[in-house]
Amino acid sequence: MLTAIIALASLALLASFGLAMAARVFAVEIDPKVEAIEEALPGANCGVCGLPGCAELARHIAEGTAEVDACPVGGEAVAHMIASIMGQTFEGGGVRSVAMVMCNGDDEVAAKRFFYNGVYDCNSAALLFGGDKACSYGCLGQGTCAGVCPFGAIDMLPSGLARVNPEKCTGCTKCVSACPKGIIKMIPSDRTVHILCSSHDKGGKVRKSCRVGCIGCQRCVKAAPEGAIEMEENLAVVNYEADIPHTVAESCPMNTIVIRGPGIVEELDTENKAAVEGRA
Amino acid sequence: MGSFFGGIHPRYNKELSDRQAIETMPLPGKLIVHFTQNLGAPPRPIVKKGDDVKKGQVIAEPGGFVSAPVHAPTSGTVKSIDVYPHPAGTDMPAAVIVPDGNDEWADGCDVERDTNLLDADAIKNLIQAGGLVGKGGAAFPTHVKLSPPPGKKINLLIINGAECEPYLTADHRLMLDRPSEILEGAALFARVIGVDLIIVAIERNKPDAIGRMSEHAAGRAGFSIEAMDVVYPQGAEKQLIYSLTKRRVPAGGLPMDVGVLVQNVGTAYAAYEAVTFDRPLIERVVTVTGSGIVQPKNVLARIGATFEDLIAFCGGLKSDTGKIISGGPMMGVAQYSLDASVTKGTSGIVLLTNDEIPQFTGDACIRCGRCVNVCPMGLNPSALSIFIERMMFERAGEYNVMDCIECGCCAYVCPSRRPMVHHLRRGKAEVRKAAKKAG
Ligand code: SF4
Ligand code: SF4
Ligand code: SF4
Ligand code: SF4
Repeated sequence: MLTAIIALASLALLASFGLAMAARVFAVEIDPKVEAIEEALPGANCGVCGLPGCAELARHIAEGTAEVDACPVGGEAVAHMIASIMGQTFEGGGVRSVAMVMCNGDDEVAAKRFFYNGVYDCNSAALLFGGDKACSYGCLGQGTCAGVCPFGAIDMLPSGLARVNPEKCTGCTKCVSACPKGIIKMIPSDRTVHILCSSHDKGGKVRKSCRVGCIGCQRCVKAAPEGAIEMEENLAVVNYEADIPHTVAESCPMNTIVIRGPGIVEELDTENKAAVEGRA
Repeated sequence: MGSFFGGIHPRYNKELSDRQAIETMPLPGKLIVHFTQNLGAPPRPIVKKGDDVKKGQVIAEPGGFVSAPVHAPTSGTVKSIDVYPHPAGTDMPAAVIVPDGNDEWADGCDVERDTNLLDADAIKNLIQAGGLVGKGGAAFPTHVKLSPPPGKKINLLIINGAECEPYLTADHRLMLDRPSEILEGAALFARVIGVDLIIVAIERNKPDAIGRMSEHAAGRAGFSIEAMDVVYPQGAEKQLIYSLTKRRVPAGGLPMDVGVLVQNVGTAYAAYEAVTFDRPLIERVVTVTGSGIVQPKNVLARIGATFEDLIAFCGGLKSDTGKIISGGPMMGVAQYSLDASVTKGTSGIVLLTNDEIPQFTGDACIRCGRCVNVCPMGLNPSALSIFIERMMFERAGEYNVMDCIECGCCAYVCPSRRPMVHHLRRGKAEVRKAAKKAG
């Protein structure tokens, strides 16, 4: 009994000595900056920066291979903190870029060609004739973008449209590449005049498939300041560099132009409102 | 003859149309002829609005080696070129041809020649010029199958008359109504690739076709008619080869890798027409059937005949018809518009009534393994569908999703009613996309 205790105790002593030595010999020097930066990062390990987790980004920033504002989730506040850790100054002050779904043709206003009851996923829906919408450019409303958004920033309206919540959007662009219709655009978050249509079809065809689609009449182009709205293949496209007065919306016979953005209260019908607020 | 692993026994419903001899549909008021009618490179259109065309004139040139020309199905005028629904499930550009009623052949077409004077290359060139593609549904250009790379030796030709897809009877009727032409066409294929053994494989549920083909094959050297077990998908290329020869086509491989060439009976018939008479592929037999049509028929229709005109020729729709499928119920594609038109690969139109269309939403996989038991490709559809649902496409690729032949056996047996084939098609599309990106 006694020998057993002594034997084990000495083994333990020997092992702990070995461990202590190993810790000294193999010690990895951690740059205190890396630790501090990691502390400042949100710690969500979302991968949106393109690196596997916050610790990796911290290392890259400390080594100078990533910018201080490389974390889109943390935004400017985090960028400032990291900049001071790095002994730099962060200018910031720029406008965030956020995603916007360039289609407003929900089930109320946009016609469907058939009844789709396949897999709930836009890529799957697009396999069959490009989707059930009469408009071949429109949002399929099967929520693929909402599914990939790491920040829950996209609401699926019960009326069959995806809608980005600019408050929650970090500008990571994951939704942009996930959408099979390619209708999600990144825009400056302070802009308020939007043409929510992506259809390059001619006016006559658009009228047949959607009540809020751009028919390419160019009235908005004339109503807006020079170069603020431009035509691209039958579609009026907002130049987000330009300042556009809200009154331009009134020039559109199709109500395609929507005023939406910071400080603007938009009217949503009750069901859609519930969906947006329920997730807020 | 025996069978392959897996498979199912659906209700075939072939009795609706298998007694109807092939009827020729009169020229309709317009034909919507798709430019893309083959697997591989899409052909390049060479006509424009307002052009007059003759029957058999090329209206789209091959877009590469794996591509087949498209010919005008009758004489008339190209009224417009626009996007129309393609029965394979996409909207694609097509020429609308308004027939002039004369049905006049272009120069050089419709002239009989002595095929005994032709060598292998000459036959192959005529098949290529005739725009032949596999008429079983996949529409793979025929001349490509007839051009094995140097090291590959083919020693067996299988003429596929299995027609395992429920409802469809086009091949069945062709074997009854045009048996010697099919055998002539098969003999031409055999001459191109230099084989002496030709097996015509027919499922046992078509005893009359087996009898008719045997009668006509008697006295012809090299032909053997084989009765196959009735199990879906017996007519799928790799399954048929295994049933007949016990040779396994390797994953991602082709029948020529095991020395076999498979051609559909309809394609053999088209080869006979193209080589003997210089008549390109401008018409085919289409089964119009199902409980949603007034008179089920096997129709010899021009390529480009709209589903609307075909349905009218078969007495019209019944009042409670709710679904139109191009192809059969297992592998076909539901259509949204009667503007869809017959292509070289359109084997049938199945019309179902509302009470035959179950509406359901799939549930989660309960891992019962039934799909694994029936998958004729030996895949694990359960795991594949779950990977794809979770967007783990790389894993799906590792689990050989690309080998899936979209036969639908897994979906047929799934007690959770999971939309398996839809998942699998998506998975295949994503794997293809990723491969393209990677170069
Ligand atoms: S996925 Fe789209 S909506 Fe979500 S945070 Fe990224 S950019 Fe914004
Ligand atoms: S925006 Fe694109 S991904 Fe999102 S629901 Fe619409 S079609 Fe689908
Ligand atoms: S559809 Fe594909 S996975 Fe399903 S049983 Fe057929 S081959 Fe197997
Ligand atoms: S049959 Fe359906 S439920 Fe059963 S293992 Fe396959 S996918 Fe899952």
